[in-house]
Amino acid sequence: MSKDYDVAVIGGGLLGSAIAWGLGRLGQRTAVLDEGDVTKRASRANFALVWVQSKGLGMPAYTGWTVRGARSWANLATALRAQTGVDVALQQNGGFHLTLGEDEYGRRADLVTRMHNQTGAADYRMEMVSASEAGRVLPGLGPEVSGGSFCPLDGHVNSLRTYRALHAGLKAFGVDYLPERPVSGITREGGEFRLATPSGEVRAAKVVLAAGNANQTLAPMVGLSAPMGPTRGQIVVTERTEPFLPHPLSTLRQTDEGTVMIGDSKEDVLDDRSMRQGINAVMADRAQRTFPHLARLNVVRSWSGIRVMPRDGFPIYDQSDAHPGAFVACCHSGVTLAANHAFEIARMIAAGSLEPDLVGAFSAKRFEATERRAGSGYY
Amino acid sequence: MFKRSVHDTRPIVRILVEGAPVEARAGDTVSAALLASGRDVRRLTAVSGAPRLPYCMMGVCFDCLVTIDGVGNRQGCLVPVADGMRIEIQKGKREIGR
Repeated sequence: MSKDYDVAVIGGGLLGSAIAWGLGRLGQRTAVLDEGDVTKRASRANFALVWVQSKGLGMPAYTGWTVRGARSWANLATALRAQTGVDVALQQNGGFHLTLGEDEYGRRADLVTRMHNQTGAADYRMEMVSASEAGRVLPGLGPEVSGGSFCPLDGHVNSLRTYRALHAGLKAFGVDYLPERPVSGITREGGEFRLATPSGEVRAAKVVLAAGNANQTLAPMVGLSAPMGPTRGQIVVTERTEPFLPHPLSTLRQTDEGTVMIGDSKEDVLDDRSMRQGINAVMADRAQRTFPHLARLNVVRSWSGIRVMPRDGFPIYDQSDAHPGAFVACCHSGVTLAANHAFEIARMIAAGSLEPDLVGAFSAKRFEATERRAGSGYY
Repeated sequence: MFKRSVHDTRPIVRILVEGAPVEARAGDTVSAALLASGRDVRRLTAVSGAPRLPYCMMGVCFDCLVTIDGVGNRQGCLVPVADGMRIEIQKGKREIGR
């Protein structure tokens, strides 16, 4: 393995694939170094929302970045369809976060107010709706639903098909996908990066760390930092049913093929080897209080996954000062931000510098400046 | 396609398939009774609408999905027939609430 590349992307999940796809699209000679099929992969355990509402409390730049990503998703879906023939079933007709009971409604209304009071709220268009307003577009709501919030920019997608389309696209662009290459070391010699893997060394002029929570280990090898705080989540999946849900909800959505997905817990214990039925029971209970007719559907699957999560919940994009050409990219919302990664981040990496006006706020230097309160950034 | 064995002397159980009376035998599963009925009992799959018949007959393949007494997506190969049972051939996805 001595072939030289313009860019080596470490990590073949949704984030690494999107960046590599964008690099391939720009004609960069690109390699993706991935682990194997059995690796823990958030790209196969996500909830597949393209979600704007409530993102960015505490960091207005994240709101803008998310809105930008949501607005350019259709371009990515169109490009993937044209290139690979895969329909990723993008639907962006607005999404709801529904509340049960008056207390939850009050807390959600407070959040919406806090979001609107923050700079950047102009883009947001998130608003509270009453139970009867929600009921007009969501037939079958239960009596406990007290209303909720709605954002017209929200949507969802088939994330597994997106993942497949990106990989088909990588191949079509001539990007080398190299599985079973966990990177154990990165050195920089003679103006190129040398990546040590079990199958030999890979050399590239630039390197992009897109290895999810493993970025925490890789980043210091090239003078970067990526403090992560992974969480665990469970999702419950029902059998397919006739379409009944015209909009995605923050914790409930119906896929284009009829499956109902019920999410999604947020847990701190990172053992994903078994399901916690008590957590599934709470999620299923909330789902059937939201839509009582769901009680008659059979659950066919349930899974747990470890989420990629930067320590403060917001993305990290950085280039190393000590080793220019080494970039790090991590985020929780690999689905929502996929178009940004494919178009914007790939363009910046190809050009050799991150654009401060778009992503300057996401430097990991923020962790040095102040020790932020630990939080997920998701509410 | 299927014929009852002449040695099968189990008592008759009367079920309704798409509203029409069908004679099954005690101990038949719904899928066995449908296949033995001689009727066109092909369901349509939930995503592509392809026609399918029961296949594995042991609860694994889910190609026998059928609406039984108003409840959709039942695995016909796992449910024994009962007198007066109403069977509908499921065309596509289950309807929610059914």
